[in-house]
Amino acid sequence: MPALPLDEAGKYVAGAYLVFLALVLVYVAIMAAKLQRIQRELRSLAALADERRGGGAER
Amino acid sequence: MRGLRTLSAATVATVVAGFALVFFYAPLDADQGFIQKIFYLHVPLAIAALVGFMVAAVHAIRHLRTNDPVHDARSYVSIHISVIFGVAVLVTGSIWARASWGKWWVWDEPTLVSFLIVFLLYATYYPLRYAIEDRDRQARYASVFAITAGAFVPLNFLAVRLAESLLHPRVFATAEGGMPGSMWLTFGVSLLGIGLLWLTLVRFELVAKDTSAQLSRLRRALEGSPRPVPAGGESRPSTPQPAPDLQANRAV
Amino acid sequence: MRALGAILVKDLRVELRTLESVPGMVLFAVTTFVIFRFGLDRTSLDGSLAAGVLLATVLFAAILAVNRIFVAERDQGGLDAIRLAPVDANALLAAKVAALVVYLVILEAIAVPIFAVFFLDEWSALAPLALVLLLADLGLAATGALVSSLATGSRARDLLVPLVLLPLIVPLMIAAAAAAEPLLAAGAPEYDEVATWLAVLGLYDVVFLLVGYGVFDFVLED
Repeated sequence: MPALPLDEAGKYVAGAYLVFLALVLVYVAIMAAKLQRIQRELRSLAALADERRGGGAER
Repeated sequence: MRGLRTLSAATVATVVAGFALVFFYAPLDADQGFIQKIFYLHVPLAIAALVGFMVAAVHAIRHLRTNDPVHDARSYVSIHISVIFGVAVLVTGSIWARASWGKWWVWDEPTLVSFLIVFLLYATYYPLRYAIEDRDRQARYASVFAITAGAFVPLNFLAVRLAESLLHPRVFATAEGGMPGSMWLTFGVSLLGIGLLWLTLVRFELVAKDTSAQLSRLRRALEGSPRPVPAGGESRPSTPQPAPDLQANRAV
Repeated sequence: MRALGAILVKDLRVELRTLESVPGMVLFAVTTFVIFRFGLDRTSLDGSLAAGVLLATVLFAAILAVNRIFVAERDQGGLDAIRLAPVDANALLAAKVAALVVYLVILEAIAVPIFAVFFLDEWSALAPLALVLLLADLGLAATGALVSSLATGSRARDLLVPLVLLPLIVPLMIAAAAAAEPLLAAGAPEYDEVATWLAVLGLYDVVFLLVGYGVFDFVLED
């Protein structure tokens, strides 16, 4: 297996590490979206709770 | 979840240290040259994924024993993160193959081929779960699958390795053969970092699922639904975006 | 043991009456041989090609039977009757595995001679090949029955079985093909490495029979 010259090899190695970085960042993005959904749901639940409390003893 | 902060900090530190060692400390490999550096990423990812599949099997066994949905969640998330790592393993492996042999895939590397088969198997975990609607049966069958697949992994590696050595004598040695201490150190730190990354992502995902489940409970409680609040609060495993959650109860 | 026999006999009787699995498997296999003849543009096969064509065909034909092996129980509520009776879950699994082995053996008894007539120049290794096929059948049956039980209760049963079964069956295929290849070699069959691969086949069978034995209780419980 002949070793590639450094500049050519460097591109492949960089590519591999970039793929890794990309996957981690994609995961972060997905988690960010999940967090946003959670926040939205929480806010709507908080509003619901306020409504309940304000609207009398329903629960 | 406690400890998640410490865990993620440790992960950052170790992974960065590992990568620093890879590029500033580890010596250049005599045969493969700079390409060999991919191994410090590719192999730890593979080890983490495979160990992750084994861990999932252990959680699955505990789930079947105790019927506690917590173990099912851990099993599911372990497989999920390991499958994602698996994608990284296959892509980095392909890049390495291209750099070493000029082709984007080689059938000569038994570890890579075995990994492909394992990956294809665990990829079927998702359609299996989605196809079963009843929550309890879904979790139970998923655990059965995780255990079966866990038993399969070593068998698969044995068969593929045997096939390669008997049919195609191994001409290419991997980076493991005769590595100097500095390479081992680099490899060790990278392995530790990737392993910690796996743990962090699993914990992270579990917290997210637990939060969603708690929110579902809260919503049901507030809306006064006649459905009893499930103990443990574990609802259908959340799917990765953008696939919609197929369960009837409102997902977060 | 008795329960195993009873369930097995019932399944075989039903199959004999309805003929819903085995004839289909045989027909599928023979047609597939013809497709391979044209797909590969070959009228004679040997070595790895012969092993590959034969084993792939057997595998895909097996899926036809695996898809159906638990259907009778689900559709006719038989699973509940079996659960109510004091029958070991493992007896049910063993009976299904045995039934699949029987179907596969019948399939091969018909399809392998046809395969030999279509493609093989040299028939002397067919007897040891039968041993390879038998061990492969056992592995196919053990894994197939387990996967089928998981898929039977689900919505996309017909899709799920091949999807989950195929990766699981790869080591089996590797071993069976590696064992069959020298047996079907052009010229004379060679027997050197067959023993190693037979051992791997046996290991595969043992592992999946044990796994099934360990987990099947949980598949049945409701």
